Amino acid sequence: MSNLATLTNGFLRENPIFVLLLGMCPMLGVTTSAINGMGMGLATMFVLIMSNILVSLLKTQIPNNVRVPAFIVIIASFVTIVQLFMEAYTPDLHSQLGVFIPLIVCNCLVLGRAEAFAAKNTIWKSLLDGLGMGLGFTFALTLLGSVREILGSGSIFDYKFIVGDGILIFILAPGAFIALGFLVALIRYLTPKKEVNIEK
Amino acid sequence: MENLLNIFISSIFIDNMIFAYFLGMCSYLAISKTVKTSVQFGLVMMFVLLITVPMNYLVFTFLLEKGALTWISPGLADINLSFLSFIMFIAIIASVVQLVEMIVEKFAPTLYNELGIFLPLVAVQCAIMGGSLFMQEREYANLAEVSTFALGSGIGWFIAIVGMSAIREKIRYSNVPAPLRGLGITFIMAGLMGIGFMAFMGIKL
Repeated sequence: MSNLATLTNGFLRENPIFVLLLGMCPMLGVTTSAINGMGMGLATMFVLIMSNILVSLLKTQIPNNVRVPAFIVIIASFVTIVQLFMEAYTPDLHSQLGVFIPLIVCNCLVLGRAEAFAAKNTIWKSLLDGLGMGLGFTFALTLLGSVREILGSGSIFDYKFIVGDGILIFILAPGAFIALGFLVALIRYLTPKKEVNIEK
Repeated sequence: MENLLNIFISSIFIDNMIFAYFLGMCSYLAISKTVKTSVQFGLVMMFVLLITVPMNYLVFTFLLEKGALTWISPGLADINLSFLSFIMFIAIIASVVQLVEMIVEKFAPTLYNELGIFLPLVAVQCAIMGGSLFMQEREYANLAEVSTFALGSGIGWFIAIVGMSAIREKIRYSNVPAPLRGLGITFIMAGLMGIGFMAFMGIKL
């Protein structure tokens, strides 16, 4: 695979949210507004890139049977760094995202890429893969965040364009499920038939 | 006692792990296809939560929290190791799950055959880690409260996954519009169930 293909792979063909369905918890939990979704996406992207690089560097050193715990410790260290950084420089965003920043540790996407990609590829490719996947994830989070913010509070990136309140349910937890359900259906509808794998 | 009951009810219904915080969505979506596996997985979740959350609570209060080390010597009162908490939590969860798997395999092989495949999955489950993080964030006063919270969260997760799998088994016979089939309709059903659970909001005992 060429370098460019590695980079765009995560963004389009294997978008972590809409195609691979990895990392659902933060996806639903933090997307009450576009800016929250974006912040979460960027934080995850940082962890993804750094852990991919480090795993790729250490891939020959880590014994095969303890690789998963080793990966988890690497990821947890970067998550701690991100959390302390956000607490210091973006305290508002940090308090809004709350428990979901530490939960990046459990994001199946990060561990999945470490295991499936970084442990088998060169540093440069792993970096590109982390960047591509991170961008795809950020894009998906920002998209759902925008939809929920537009419907729920009638604003986008805190710029309000209607008077009064929006449809409150879209800001609350059930609205996340419903909005994502329709978004997934829309993407299925738009993608060509042969690629759709309808499970019943 | 009243306090414990309050924590118990609110962690099942009001602060439900799935419907209020979306924790453990990946396995929730993957496993809720049949009622039988959902019941088994729900029980495993309940069990692991009930072990790991109190354990992490003990580690946090006696080793990591600011001033937690005073029981060793008063000179250590200024030490604050709470920045290590994520790494410690995840390490404890992973090792406890491994240990449980080994014990179950040795002493209850039939149970292991039924539940064994789920245990490694549980180790990196957001709901398990989330349980420990909420325990840290909400500052429960003692071990009894923490255990009650863990049990309540486990039951809440169990109810959510069994309910969802029952609906998914029935919906196979319905004519759902093609693009919504599979995941789309599952999300929408989860949303509707979430609205149902919101009715409990604000209840105080």
